[in-house]
Amino acid sequence: MAKLISPFELRDLGILGMNARNISYIGRYNQRKNYRLVDNKLETKSAALSRGIPVPQLYGTIEYQFQIKDMLNTLIKGRDSFVIKPAQGSGGKGILVITARDGDRFVKSSGALIDEREVRRHSSNILAGLHSLGGRNDSAMIEALIDFDPVLKDYSFEGVPDIRVIVFRGVPVMAMMRCATHSSDGKANLHQGAVGVGIDIGSGQSICAVQHNRIVTQHPDTKIAFNQLKIPHWRQVLELAASCASMTGLDYLGADIVLDRQSGPMLLELNARPGLAIQVANQVGLRHRLAAAAKIADLTANQIEKISLARQQFSSVAVANGQLSMNIL
Amino acid sequence: MINSKVQIGLIAGVFIALGIGLTLYKAISLDLPLLPDQYREVWTVESKTSFTPTRAGAKSAVNIELKLPTAQAGWVILDEHFASSGFGFSIVEQSAGSNSVNASPNASAARWTRQELDRPTTLYYKMQVYRASENAVLPALPVSVAEKPLLEPDQQAAMDRLLDRLHTQSSDIDSFVQLLLQEFLRDSPDQDTLFLIDAYEDDSFAVLMDVLAMADISAHQIRGIVLEDGRRRQTLSALIEVYNGQRWSIFDPSNASPGLPDNFFIWQRGNGSVLSVIGGRDSSLEFALVSNSLPAKAVVGMEQRSDKFAILDFSIYTLPVEQQGIFKGLLLIPVAALVVVFMRLLVGVKTSGTFMPILIALAFIQTTLFIGLAIFLGLIGIGLWIRSYLSHLNLLLVARVATVIIMVILLMAALAVISYKLGMDQVLTVTFFPTIIVAWTIERMSILWEEEGGHEVLIQGGGSLLVAVLAYLVMSNPVVEHLTFNFPELTLSLLGVILLLGKYTGYRLSELYRFRDMGTK
Repeated sequence: MAKLISPFELRDLGILGMNARNISYIGRYNQRKNYRLVDNKLETKSAALSRGIPVPQLYGTIEYQFQIKDMLNTLIKGRDSFVIKPAQGSGGKGILVITARDGDRFVKSSGALIDEREVRRHSSNILAGLHSLGGRNDSAMIEALIDFDPVLKDYSFEGVPDIRVIVFRGVPVMAMMRCATHSSDGKANLHQGAVGVGIDIGSGQSICAVQHNRIVTQHPDTKIAFNQLKIPHWRQVLELAASCASMTGLDYLGADIVLDRQSGPMLLELNARPGLAIQVANQVGLRHRLAAAAKIADLTANQIEKISLARQQFSSVAVANGQLSMNIL
Repeated sequence: MINSKVQIGLIAGVFIALGIGLTLYKAISLDLPLLPDQYREVWTVESKTSFTPTRAGAKSAVNIELKLPTAQAGWVILDEHFASSGFGFSIVEQSAGSNSVNASPNASAARWTRQELDRPTTLYYKMQVYRASENAVLPALPVSVAEKPLLEPDQQAAMDRLLDRLHTQSSDIDSFVQLLLQEFLRDSPDQDTLFLIDAYEDDSFAVLMDVLAMADISAHQIRGIVLEDGRRRQTLSALIEVYNGQRWSIFDPSNASPGLPDNFFIWQRGNGSVLSVIGGRDSSLEFALVSNSLPAKAVVGMEQRSDKFAILDFSIYTLPVEQQGIFKGLLLIPVAALVVVFMRLLVGVKTSGTFMPILIALAFIQTTLFIGLAIFLGLIGIGLWIRSYLSHLNLLLVARVATVIIMVILLMAALAVISYKLGMDQVLTVTFFPTIIVAWTIERMSILWEEEGGHEVLIQGGGSLLVAVLAYLVMSNPVVEHLTFNFPELTLSLLGVILLLGKYTGYRLSELYRFRDMGTK
């Protein structure tokens, strides 16, 4: 049954629509010259490293077709697990995850086996710009596979779960964990069928889970219930996300963060045009939160204060009581 | 500084008001109709006479004479214009160059003269005509006995055999003529006919006239223009008129059917040349045609008042007919753009390529909707199938897209040839599809398929087609066509609306579905 929600109800809920996001936030707060840093993962990575923000280790990059020929003897020689991705890819496209080797062949995260030719072909497609924004020529980067925190193991199927935090003017406003499923082919991408779990900014506790914009209570493949989920290292996650805002100069930003078993939260990539599905996963609209975040940003420039104010105001308790006021300080 | 929302509002407001204001002014005080119906179809016919002076070096005198049409068969000539810069110009009644016995009465001709001319030149004659009544009766012409041609003995023998055969098969003159015309239209005419056509150096029309003369049937040709909207290089066509004992009847040699075709505008009735050029060579006569629905009075009034009202003097009507035809199409594009903006920003339909649907819709205008849809789906379908093989070949992107472009062109050629052989002429319009756009659509759809699956291809492909069909329906609407061409200032209003939509921050229709689960928990 295709039931529609009335636009007035949406407005009362404070839901941010695509047009409003484009005009009032992305168009207004994000300057185009700052996109470059975000759209190119290599640049993001080096900027993060220079600021001491942890990122997955870079094994190397392939810029030219001729390098592909003996990439197996140079860049990935002796490595059992790695990730090949386009530097300017968008929406999780073109990411090849190799978890192990089986003789001459490679094991993908789904368990499927592929041979060297397949790996080369994938790299060549990346260089040709198949997965990149606007089909531009691109370079391929080879990264260490993230050994993600075992606490999150059952929440994701055949793929690494990541945490998307929306940061507005340095204030984290909303968060969601994105869990790969079988139907998303191990990718943590919501419109490909990954599950989005809304995360409470105050506590790191799960709020609600959605798949294809519909509410679900358990993971479709692992059958684990989402209501017990609590993200470890939550404070560091928020701090990491917030620090990306000043790094990029973008006032409306989505930071994708992974939790590594050893190193804790790491920055995976940044997004200057973060999607709107996070609202469904949180069952809360972005508008009121963004308005409150603007007040917090006006009040203080201190990063730590911004985060603690956000955690107080945007926690589920405060939301439940409807207390998005500024009387906390 | 005023904030951008107010600025946009002001600019959009001025545009919208300006467009509507000018339209109302033209509608009320200049009496231009706002709706196309109940008005006549007025054709603007522009003839272009081109020629090269005979001796370019030694400057020579030239004399060009173009027979002018007389209004017949219910057609009315509203207005005539001659463009003849640097030429002496006069209109001569009963042109002296005509020595034909069958020449129409009251024929007049335009004569351009010039003492010196040293480069190829084009002369223009423009007129506006409309059909006042469906009355197709032509004034009676004096009947004259046809002069029999002198033929070689073998040609004479072939002619006699052909005449014998036709005489035995026909009952009267009309059926004789019809049989004769069908004989020439057949895929394999008989030996005698072929021999005659060959003897006349493939001039079937001359054979026809001589056969009729041999059979003692009074006949002459009627030359005129087949009216088709937007044609730019139309040439003269010919009909045959024969006297069947009581009256003159007309036959169309191209399909052997009797009667005057509705879209045929008679230029000259009777034999004799339409154009005579002295002191020039390589002369040609071409016509550009545009039709417009207007009350005849308004058109005349407009022409007369164009000197008084600057707004009309600077309107599209003052352009050459060829350019008018182009603008007629161009002015529809903003409407299609509005449809795209509306569907994407307000409804939230996903399309593959922002303005690709407009190009597809423009192709639909040429092909008509259902044939266009079938061709388009066929092209994309076969293209995707071929492209899925290409992705195994592991080609570099640019080479791959180039390959797809060539595949698309070959597909279009194959489609055209096969359908033509099968007798489906409509599919020939496949050439109107923009090749590069089709190729990119295939490429994009194919990548989409690989990355997001067939579901997303259906959503975006279906969205694109939906928008294209809507844009087509709007563009082919007669009211829209009438308004955009006769009131081009409405485009300003359209621009204003689009500017306003560019600042719309409300929800899209699709978001009411997308966020339907909000607030349920």
